Amino acid sequence: MSRIIKFLYWLRDWVGARFPLMQLWNDHLGKYYAPKNFNFWYLFGALALFVLVIQIITGIWLTMNYKPAAELAFASVEYIMRDVEWGWWIRYMHSTGASAFFIIIYLHMYRAMLYGSYKKPRELLWIIGMLIYFTLMGEAFFGYLLPWGQMSYWGAQVIISLFGALPVIGDDLALWIRGDFVVSDVTLNRFFSLHVIALPLALCGLVGAHLIALHEVGSNNPDGIEIKDYTGADGLPLDGIPFHPYYTVKDIVGVVVFLIIFCMVVFFTPEAGGYFLEHNNFIPADPLKTPEHIAPVWYFTPFYAILRAVPNQFAGVVAMGAATVLFCFLPWLDRSPVKSIRYRGWKYKTALALFTISFIALGWLGLQAATPTYTWMARFFALIYFLFFLAMPFYTSSDNDKPVPDRLT
Amino acid sequence: MSNDGVNTKRRRFLTTTASVVGGAGALATAVPFVTTLTPSAKAKAIGAPVEVDIGDLQPGDRKIVKWRGKPVWILRRSDESVAGLDKLDEVVRDPDSNAGQQPVYARNEYRSQKAEYLIVLGICTHLGCSPLYVKENEGESYQLGDDWQGGFFCPCHGSRFDLAGRVFKGVPAPSNLIVPPHQYLSDTRVLIGDDSGTVRA
Repeated sequence: MSRIIKFLYWLRDWVGARFPLMQLWNDHLGKYYAPKNFNFWYLFGALALFVLVIQIITGIWLTMNYKPAAELAFASVEYIMRDVEWGWWIRYMHSTGASAFFIIIYLHMYRAMLYGSYKKPRELLWIIGMLIYFTLMGEAFFGYLLPWGQMSYWGAQVIISLFGALPVIGDDLALWIRGDFVVSDVTLNRFFSLHVIALPLALCGLVGAHLIALHEVGSNNPDGIEIKDYTGADGLPLDGIPFHPYYTVKDIVGVVVFLIIFCMVVFFTPEAGGYFLEHNNFIPADPLKTPEHIAPVWYFTPFYAILRAVPNQFAGVVAMGAATVLFCFLPWLDRSPVKSIRYRGWKYKTALALFTISFIALGWLGLQAATPTYTWMARFFALIYFLFFLAMPFYTSSDNDKPVPDRLT
Repeated sequence: MSNDGVNTKRRRFLTTTASVVGGAGALATAVPFVTTLTPSAKAKAIGAPVEVDIGDLQPGDRKIVKWRGKPVWILRRSDESVAGLDKLDEVVRDPDSNAGQQPVYARNEYRSQKAEYLIVLGICTHLGCSPLYVKENEGESYQLGDDWQGGFFCPCHGSRFDLAGRVFKGVPAPSNLIVPPHQYLSDTRVLIGDDSGTVRA
């Protein structure tokens, strides 16, 4: 054995006597047993972690040149794009990363809905995940104001006004959030602080909690069968394999595929036709003029379409909030004894299909101008969206679920 | 560890009082953190009235000025537009301006001091976008119907207002556009943000 290897073993043991290094490694990777039947849906957790790292690193670099002041912000972003060496690359990584983050998180959540991953004993895991999602929405919203373009400005104006629609406290609350009577330099400065410090810290903490909760209860799988129920003589699940090396290697393949697509966007179509970076945001913020066509970035449009569909201010805001919060109640709305879609009956399959169509349709409608026809379509799909959740206790408890095998198939 | 000979009653009392006092202190510390986010003295100070020359406004024209960081619209309405307002009483939510969206001197059928000039904050009462001014003959391009008499259309969420800033029924905006305090200094000059010289009837 070479001296270097010997030294590394010595170092490991030296640290191990003072810090639970090997224990952490074994609990979370080396001896964390995951079901052997993961399919590609199970890549998105690792990918989300990977994108979080991209966002933090590119974010740190962007902060080195960005100036959080109303007079300087727009120009400093253009400076990053034109004059800073590789500045365009750092910024496009960050802006593409934001959209990628939401694509991955939506697929990650959809996986949970396909395979019942939110059901007992993973309710808290699911709720921590929802908290991550809400934090991510805040992070994206605060970050979107920073370039101080037209969409930044009017987007922030609309979202802050949502809080102003609350009865009694609304006006004071909106004033408190803005720190000024209009969205201004003050607002920009504090959003910068929240975007680069407060929410990333919260995000990292929540991701840690999410992983701890996951490794406590164990991973679900496409069959929705608990592998801990069948253990061998050694006490290990018969249908489990250690996360490392089996799934670390598989996840690396996922990361490679992801990076191919991600780099194609970053290098060839960073604006993604106006979906990732909106055209109106290349115009500096003008507090006197709203752009003719204003829409949030694509990842908020399903909820935006619901907001527009309700012809009453307060009710619209409540419906929009409910559309996001209802996910938290899935573990208790779902009364089916079966987790995975593989063994569910026709009712849940139909409901999930209708929900999927509605979510995508609402997302598309939220990008369009608010014409009467589109508003009525949005009302129709919003109704299906809410029925998916509110009628769930009834159609899941009476579904013709199939028998679930004892072991993984 | 043994709890023998420990006065548990006193221990509980001490723990409780310490928690309450400490908790109150922590809560009091939150006050400056919350208060520091409210508008600063500097932000409050920016709000000086704006004087505007409206002598060059032609009927149908609109001027936009900035007051307290917000757009204020001054629109010169033609006689036909003013006459057409009462035709809309049935389709607007608050035809008589009952909600406190205007100073008393603008609480009339025109929502203005002078029937000819409409002065409103160009901020949609729904979620704060600035609506578009859509003239009588431009309604088609926004699908506002054949009987569009001119007014304002909010591109964000489709709210509509008439030429008196009155909100239509069935749109998300809950109330009429706000009329800011203002006074006429002469026939062609108006002061936005200060109505101290106006007779408050």
